[in-house]
Amino acid sequence: MANVFAYAEARAGALRKVALETVTAARKLADQTGGEVHALLVGAPGISTSAEQLGKHGADVVLVCEHDAFAQYNPEASAALAAERIKSGGFRAALFATSAQGRDLAPRVAAKCGVGIVTDVTAVDLAADTVIVKHPINIGKVIATVAITSTPAIVALRPNIFTPEPSAKAGRVENIQPMGDPSASRVVVKELKTGGGGKLDLAEAPVIVAGGRGLKAAENFKLVEELADAFGNAAVGATRAVTDDGWRPHSDQIGQTGRLVSPELYIAVGISGAVQHLAGMRTSKTIVAINKDKEAPIFKVADYGIVGDVFEVVPALTAAVREARKGH
Amino acid sequence: MDVRFRITADGTSLDETGLKFDLNDFDAWAVEAALRLKEKAGQGEVVAVSLGPDTAQETIRKALSMGADRGIHLKTARVPFDGFAIARALADELKGGSYDLILFGKMSPDSSNGVVGAIVAELLDLPCVTAISGLEINDSRGTARRDIEGAQETMEFPLPAVLTIDEGLNTARYPSLKGIMAAKKKPLEVKPIDLGDTAVNVQKLELPPERAAGKIIGEGAAAVPELIRLLQTEAKVI
Repeated sequence: MANVFAYAEARAGALRKVALETVTAARKLADQTGGEVHALLVGAPGISTSAEQLGKHGADVVLVCEHDAFAQYNPEASAALAAERIKSGGFRAALFATSAQGRDLAPRVAAKCGVGIVTDVTAVDLAADTVIVKHPINIGKVIATVAITSTPAIVALRPNIFTPEPSAKAGRVENIQPMGDPSASRVVVKELKTGGGGKLDLAEAPVIVAGGRGLKAAENFKLVEELADAFGNAAVGATRAVTDDGWRPHSDQIGQTGRLVSPELYIAVGISGAVQHLAGMRTSKTIVAINKDKEAPIFKVADYGIVGDVFEVVPALTAAVREARKGH
Repeated sequence: MDVRFRITADGTSLDETGLKFDLNDFDAWAVEAALRLKEKAGQGEVVAVSLGPDTAQETIRKALSMGADRGIHLKTARVPFDGFAIARALADELKGGSYDLILFGKMSPDSSNGVVGAIVAELLDLPCVTAISGLEINDSRGTARRDIEGAQETMEFPLPAVLTIDEGLNTARYPSLKGIMAAKKKPLEVKPIDLGDTAVNVQKLELPPERAAGKIIGEGAAAVPELIRLLQTEAKVI
């Protein structure tokens, strides 16, 4: 019997979707070992109200640490607390999300525990005493099966791969104290500026509408935004050419040097499909491409391609999606 | 360039025949950031450090040709997959160096793990901000911006510190002909090292399953009703 640790990521007082993905994946591992899932939730006073959600997704124990200095992401204090818990708890594996926060936190924890880590993991399993993970390398062109022989193994999961599933467990809340003084961290968040407008994030959106050079000018991105609006659950992405030209912020870039996304539906508008872009989105479940060049490489990966002028096809698609979603 | 990777017969490594190794984008932005800080300060030294087999020297020479002052090659038979083992070796080398800043690319596109910078910071007990796309340094303090999901986080930290660099911080310069010539004469120290045991090891490499061949369903706005039908009935996403 070995337990599994799950870091339940929160930001600005709210649980993030990846927290439920992490707990769900931890539950599946723990069911293999007959062990328990212990989730760690840190935040400002009041964050404990999110503990119930974690229990519903498979956490047996929710370790809650509330402190004003956890109102924003506090990398040093969070890492110290997570490492201390992981070292004392007899865990086989400790799971995080490969989110901005998880990418920052998980390696710090691995260093403090002196154990092995793999990030951007798309599958996790146990074989005897070894944690086995799958991890895309070389811009997604090769899939590595990797054995982590340290105990515990630190694993950061790629977002949107491990779908949250209900699995009612006790979710017994245990209030814990921070390690040392979390207000004394050397690295401090001074400002958190949100994108505004309730725009969905690329990592969490079930639908992504992305635009490329085929849109011809920054102002034409409104076609992409309107199509995303029509879906109601879509985020807007872009190619590197577009972000390099300043049409969209760098944080919207999907591809080798940008975001790696796996939505249910990916709609590529005026995107030719350079290999660097494909690296960021080829694991999407359904891909739609709209491009005027029928030889564009994007059509090789698109489940459904439409050859045509984006300025004609996209508004028609926006109207049709609105019609189809009426009553939603 | 569209590289097709081949896997060696033992199934655990890539056939590197004919592959060209170069400084990756994230590392190039890190070198550029270091050069700009030195230029702004009007003094200081930029040291380029890389770990790996002899091909790592091409990478270091590229940094030297951009303007770094000297290089250190931590020579190993291969680049291990274990980011902790890499970080441990780098931290051993860097700990006596009295560096004001230690900059990394946010990840290597080869291993796509992105853990080495933060682990080095922990091992050296230095403050660390990862994946930054904005940076200001004033005397002994810095401010860095991180693009996180749907938001921007601004962090403050004291120097010395470790930073890992994301896209958007700068545009890396191309080496000039003069820079390339000068790089040949710059010092590059080679230090063979032993990585010790690794806890993260590749068991198997595979090429990803090909997506089913793409399908063009029609032309122009006339194809939209068929697309909606397929999204509703086949893909079931509307």
